[in-house]
Amino acid sequence: MDLNTMLSYNWGAMMPEFIILGTTMALSILDLFWPVHFNRRKLAWFALTGIILACLSLISLFSFETVSILSDTFRLDSFAKAFKLLLLIGAGLIILLAHSYEPKEGLREHRGEFYYLFLTALLGAMIMTSSGDLITLFVGLELLSLSSYILVGIRKRDRSANEASMKYVINGGISTAITLFGMSYLYGVTGSVNLGEMSRTMAAMTDGQLQYIMGLAFFMVFVGLSFKIAAAPFHMWAPDVYEGAPTPVAAFLSVISKMAGFVILLRIFLSLFLTAPGDAFGALDFLEKNNIYIASMAGLTIIIGNVVALRQQNLKRLFAYSSIAHAGYLLVAVATLGGGYFLLDTIWYYLLAYVLMNIGVFAVIQLLSSQSGSEDISVLAGLGRKSPYLALAFTIYILSLAGIPGTTGFIGKLNIFLGTFITEPGHFVLAGIMIAGTVVSYVYYFGLLVQIFFRPIHSDKVVKIRSGVSVVLIICAIGTVLFGLFPNIAFDFLHDQFGDFTDFISSE
Amino acid sequence: MNAYLLSLLVFSPLLGILMVALMPKNEERTIKQFGFFGTLPPLFLSFFLCSQHYSGVALSSFNIKLDWIRFGNLEMYDPKLFTVNFELGLDGLSLIFILLTTIISSLAAMASIYIKQGWKGYYLLFLILEIGMLGVFTAENLILFFIFFEMTLIPAFFLIGRWGFLEREKASYHFLIYNGIGSAILLVAILILFARTGTTNIAALTQMMTMGGVSLFAPISSSMKYGLCLAFVIAFAIKLPVFPFHSWMVRVHAEAPPAIVMIHAGVLLKIGAYGIIRFGMGIFPEQYKSLAFGIVLMGVISFLYGALLALVQTDFKLVLAYSSISHMGIVMMGLGALNEAGLQGAIFQVISHGLIAAMLFFLVGALTERSGTVMLPKLGGLAKSMPVFSGFMLACGLASLGLPGMSGFISEFMVFLGLFKSQPVLAAISVIGLVLTAVYILRAVMLMTFGKNDSLVEKEKLDLEGWEFIPALVLLGLILLIGVFPNLLGGPLQGTIEAMMLALGGR
Repeated sequence: MDLNTMLSYNWGAMMPEFIILGTTMALSILDLFWPVHFNRRKLAWFALTGIILACLSLISLFSFETVSILSDTFRLDSFAKAFKLLLLIGAGLIILLAHSYEPKEGLREHRGEFYYLFLTALLGAMIMTSSGDLITLFVGLELLSLSSYILVGIRKRDRSANEASMKYVINGGISTAITLFGMSYLYGVTGSVNLGEMSRTMAAMTDGQLQYIMGLAFFMVFVGLSFKIAAAPFHMWAPDVYEGAPTPVAAFLSVISKMAGFVILLRIFLSLFLTAPGDAFGALDFLEKNNIYIASMAGLTIIIGNVVALRQQNLKRLFAYSSIAHAGYLLVAVATLGGGYFLLDTIWYYLLAYVLMNIGVFAVIQLLSSQSGSEDISVLAGLGRKSPYLALAFTIYILSLAGIPGTTGFIGKLNIFLGTFITEPGHFVLAGIMIAGTVVSYVYYFGLLVQIFFRPIHSDKVVKIRSGVSVVLIICAIGTVLFGLFPNIAFDFLHDQFGDFTDFISSE
Repeated sequence: MNAYLLSLLVFSPLLGILMVALMPKNEERTIKQFGFFGTLPPLFLSFFLCSQHYSGVALSSFNIKLDWIRFGNLEMYDPKLFTVNFELGLDGLSLIFILLTTIISSLAAMASIYIKQGWKGYYLLFLILEIGMLGVFTAENLILFFIFFEMTLIPAFFLIGRWGFLEREKASYHFLIYNGIGSAILLVAILILFARTGTTNIAALTQMMTMGGVSLFAPISSSMKYGLCLAFVIAFAIKLPVFPFHSWMVRVHAEAPPAIVMIHAGVLLKIGAYGIIRFGMGIFPEQYKSLAFGIVLMGVISFLYGALLALVQTDFKLVLAYSSISHMGIVMMGLGALNEAGLQGAIFQVISHGLIAAMLFFLVGALTERSGTVMLPKLGGLAKSMPVFSGFMLACGLASLGLPGMSGFISEFMVFLGLFKSQPVLAAISVIGLVLTAVYILRAVMLMTFGKNDSLVEKEKLDLEGWEFIPALVLLGLILLIGVFPNLLGGPLQGTIEAMMLALGGR
């Protein structure tokens, strides 16, 4: 590849990634050379500026037609734009959380690393959203995973953090290996790693033998990625890792990392398996024929997440299981393909809701646990009397997580249900499991509200809220209510900017 | 102006919410006043609507419709597809329920003077609850209905769990889970309809389900229609509640603060009846007809079961709770009768029981305030120490057992009139319940008001006083008024009932 071809690429399409990359490098150099006594906390503002700039440049790219550069390994299509926006919003909120993070033993010299590791992980996720090629997809996935392994263990003198980090590395390593193994079969069957080419080859594949191998590949990729989104039965790592990781990292894993997992899942499934025939006659496409596997995993995830959450006393573990359950709800949308009409809308909106409500919850957990040094649900006791505004914000997030009308969580669930019912025959069993899971989730979500409003005050210490966290709390609360009452703001934005995501689905 | 009147009515408690929210939380007196004043705008607006109706303005002129949510991007098929509008509307049936809501809310806000702590949170939740109730009765599409429906659930959960009696948390959990299951069933039914037809507008759905419309997507088979109708009936039967689904409601009646039970028994349970009429009967008349026998059977069972259990309770609140189940049984019987008398009787019974239950629980609240207990064995001789109170209690009890001249009589009479026409055997069996009702009410009232007086000191001035006469007199007045001039209710209802009868192929 000579210089001219390099220059002829439309590098502008990668602007957000470049900005994040530049910020990361600048941060790491600053961290290295600035004197030790200099407070690294300020670096968070630098990182936040980078994210905001990346966000702005992304918005300026909205008007671009679909661009693909580097021989189609990097695609900026509507899918990439839409999900990158969510990733950047989530990352910005989490950086604000990380700015205020103050563990008991202090972060000391690691605080600088803390921020730029977030950014590298984010970069990985962003590359995943716009990769048109299995190799870039995998590189993005690894960049995200490796950074988050370190992030989980960043409190290196803490035993539980070490345990969590170790578990995460081993589980993550296994899952990556399985994914890669599955991908190698796909490569073997199609002879290419470019998603577009693979999709064309696979669409013509009616040979039963090859389809069998394709099924194997599908199965392994799905299993491998299920680790990433923490879907049952591959969810075991999540509670332990969330518990040991610093709270902003737990928020990161449950929001950004999970979102990236769904992004890669959708990229691979929609571009490869949606066009591939499911049998020798090609009457059904591959995904439709095999959606029973996704559906059963979704059902299992919902049941396990919600039922086990009932018994949790540790806040982070509880929300780990709650986020497992939410992954299950999202998988329902994947399994039903949104009924054919609602898939990407549904998932995008649900992830938006999930970003807002879950980061909000983790912000509250971070505040309370750093004050009291405990993560037991009893730290919530009496919060309603002690700091009513904090309690109100927390209530909004919880109601949204429980899917109560007036919040984003409700509209998100409604969207998923529409997708399950619209087809003939409807996915009634799956919908039944989902609604039953929602009712079960009332028990533990409202159990938290009982702590807040009905129990006597746990400790008289006034909850001091740093400005960073309060911004997160306010944005999340307002967003949750606003998009819950007027979801059309989000839907219209989505449809105006990205239409039906036609350039993502059809061109590949 | 007319177009915005209805949304103004529904959201007018926001004014009170704002006022209460701005008060510091220790200002007990002011918060209570503001909380009460917060219920007045909807009250007056509902009176205004009512007067407009009587002066000949068509109720449909108050309807409002604004664009709200559009799911999916299916404009190329039909711009209306998968849209949910913000649409409120009014007909005779909803007008009656709105009036019931605003009147009972104001009186319950008054009765909330007995609340001892946490006034600010209490009144905020109370007013949110009122918005929810008003919304439920005016919503013109199912999604909006569901949103308001849930909006009543959450505040009620907190009101019961925080301000109730000893076992309040357990009661609020039961309330939440049972109602959660009910609304889950409701939501599934609503969304199946929405997904398969692309609309949730009640009028449009009624037309599609009865006349049959073209479906762009998967069709709704006739067996699915039965399923949906059954789902609606069961979801609202849990809310009402009738026999197998009643246990949560007994706890709520016993443990919630009396002012909230006034709302709960007076209005919230009635959403169940409203829902069955609007959705079960309204959208699926064909299917509803074939479920009628089951509905009557459920009604008869809860009528007799509630009455029998009320007979042996020692806690007066439990007597009232089982009496509510029993009376809701009458509603179900009327709804299953499938004729004009039955339906009208059921609606009358809903309103009448709303008023009577609110009054009884107001009296329970007043008594609890004075004696600290409403256990029947501990009470007695109240006729001496509290003669006026006892008088109201007796009058209300008589209304509840259906004494002619009071609202309870009209409704029960009409229900039985209808039921004897369509299901004579079940009707004959259930007549026993009327006797039981008289027995348990008179037993409870007698145990309280007569007998030896060993709990309350005779000399102390304990009777109702001052403001306490207002709720008691207003409610008793309304009960008598409906008893004497039932056509006050019958008039506005005429149109709705005729339309229902037409759809049911009236008899």
